[in-house]
Amino acid sequence: MTELALASPRVWSGRRVVIGALAVGALAAIPAVASPFQTITICYGLVFAIAALGFNLLLGYTGLLSFGHSAYFGTGAYVVALLVKYLGVASMELFVVAGILGSVVVAGLFGVVCVRYTRIFFGILTLALSQVLWSLALKLFWVTGGSDGLRVPTPTLLGGLGGPGADKVEFIAHRYYYYVLILFLVATAAMWVIVSSPFGKALQAIRDNETRAEFVGVQVWKYRWIAFVISGAFTGLAGALWVPLNGLTTPDILYWPFSGRIVFFTVLGGFRTFVGPIVGAIAYNYLETYAVGFTVYWQLVLGIVLVLLVLTMPTGLVGTAIQIFERVRRARRP
Amino acid sequence: MDTLVTQILNSLFYASILFLIASGLSLVYGVMRIVNMAHGNLYAIGAYVAAWAIGLAGAELHVSLLFVLLITGALAAALAGAIIEPMFLRPLYRRAEEYQLLMTFGLLLVLEDVMRLLWGPHPLTASALSEALGSISVLGATYPTYNIFVIVVGALAAVGLGAFVYRTRFGVMLRATSQDMRMASALGINVKRVYVQAFTLGCLMAGLGGAVVMPISGAVLGMGVDALILAFVVVVIGGLGSLEGALVGALIVGFVRTIGITYFAEVELAVLYLIAAVVLFVRPAGLFGRA
Repeated sequence: MTELALASPRVWSGRRVVIGALAVGALAAIPAVASPFQTITICYGLVFAIAALGFNLLLGYTGLLSFGHSAYFGTGAYVVALLVKYLGVASMELFVVAGILGSVVVAGLFGVVCVRYTRIFFGILTLALSQVLWSLALKLFWVTGGSDGLRVPTPTLLGGLGGPGADKVEFIAHRYYYYVLILFLVATAAMWVIVSSPFGKALQAIRDNETRAEFVGVQVWKYRWIAFVISGAFTGLAGALWVPLNGLTTPDILYWPFSGRIVFFTVLGGFRTFVGPIVGAIAYNYLETYAVGFTVYWQLVLGIVLVLLVLTMPTGLVGTAIQIFERVRRARRP
Repeated sequence: MDTLVTQILNSLFYASILFLIASGLSLVYGVMRIVNMAHGNLYAIGAYVAAWAIGLAGAELHVSLLFVLLITGALAAALAGAIIEPMFLRPLYRRAEEYQLLMTFGLLLVLEDVMRLLWGPHPLTASALSEALGSISVLGATYPTYNIFVIVVGALAAVGLGAFVYRTRFGVMLRATSQDMRMASALGINVKRVYVQAFTLGCLMAGLGGAVVMPISGAVLGMGVDALILAFVVVVIGGLGSLEGALVGALIVGFVRTIGITYFAEVELAVLYLIAAVVLFVRPAGLFGRA
């Protein structure tokens, strides 16, 4: 295993704090300097980054490849849409709480079944279960709107900001962007705490050697289940944040190729590093947005990128950057 | 009575198609330990190439010759398989299986758009084939003859594949490689060649499935992605890597789907996925799989 940023004893090393502060500053400045279109693209990227962070707790830290994370993203989104449809809720805070709770319940149930398995069976089982939700969203059209999906109007933030009727582009490119950014920072900090905690170390022990982890007293099944639920909660949060941005939720986000996309971002950024999924999600979203604008054959572009990535850059953007950086540093030293 | 016969025949028709797709998926997993996410797209290639070839030959040939052209679909998928395995999968055998899964997912995206690029966004079909045969009476029920033809193709494919894997020298090498790749290699089997042959054979089956279903449901974009998930359900129920499992799984899914469409259309797909999840929960390796 490569010793990249995963094993990171010095949490508060100076350089890391500086890079982090610069990144946060840059993200905070975007609405002021960039066009609304760019801001919204980054906003989507941040939402996907939260999902990818959650997903990577399983892939990067626990060693489980889920091909069914569309289920939790979609649950977050549909819980919000159903709250709007049946209860007329407009408060974003309620959406976030309900989205997380909904996905925790679904991940808790699915997790009980899935974490008994590893490797390919885990992947297929998560996939099969996510497709149960997809087929329900598609077929129970009187509840979910079927393939037309459900519309979600602009929500109100913190009880008063925004709300139905506000100029949508202006709302999303400013207030909603900061709302997402703050939740993204909270989620990133929370995930950092989780992976650096003894719990996180236990997950990494399970990933590296399940038998040894069991012998040193880690309850493998229980830890995997908790990781699964946390992962689902993060992805559900992303789903809840995504709906007002998109204005519409359709069964497409529950369909399994969407799970494939979540895997894609994470691997694009590099799943062996903490920040890899974040970078990957933002980069992927740019790539997709431009590929879609550039050609109808955007899937071909993405597919070729993925194939090349797997063949030539298996550690992803961040992993490769770290390797290059290390090589330069070593070359400079006498 | 006629409804029952029709329903049974529908189930068998459906099971034939599923078997053609799932047997290839299972064979590839059994030998190479790769779950090929692009497998559904090879099925779609079979449908598109057969529809295209029949469209080209069109009015000039007699209908019976058009049936022969269905084989082009299977051959095209096999050719694609023979290219994909050495180029894209062979470099990855030493890597973690996540990468193999991702690679096949990337190929899925690529193949989906290559089909859109070559044949456009509109469905292709060759309904002349299914119309030419008319319908026949089976135990009092009137049933399209073409569907019977598909059932026969499925049954022959099952028998043929079984005989191939269990009765030929190549089948012995295939099974040896699937049981222990290193040992097989040490005994002088050319594992590289077995891999490419197994992958090609799996794609051939999928392409055949796509070609024979095409006169009925057409060649449509997205058909591969939909089919793949049902094939997953089949192999999960039957057991990944087992041909008997693919057959039994295809029959189970075929019958459940027919019953589902009649009695609980809304949740029919959900029931199938739940059956797969329950089977995996009770018997992780599937009904016929080895753990």
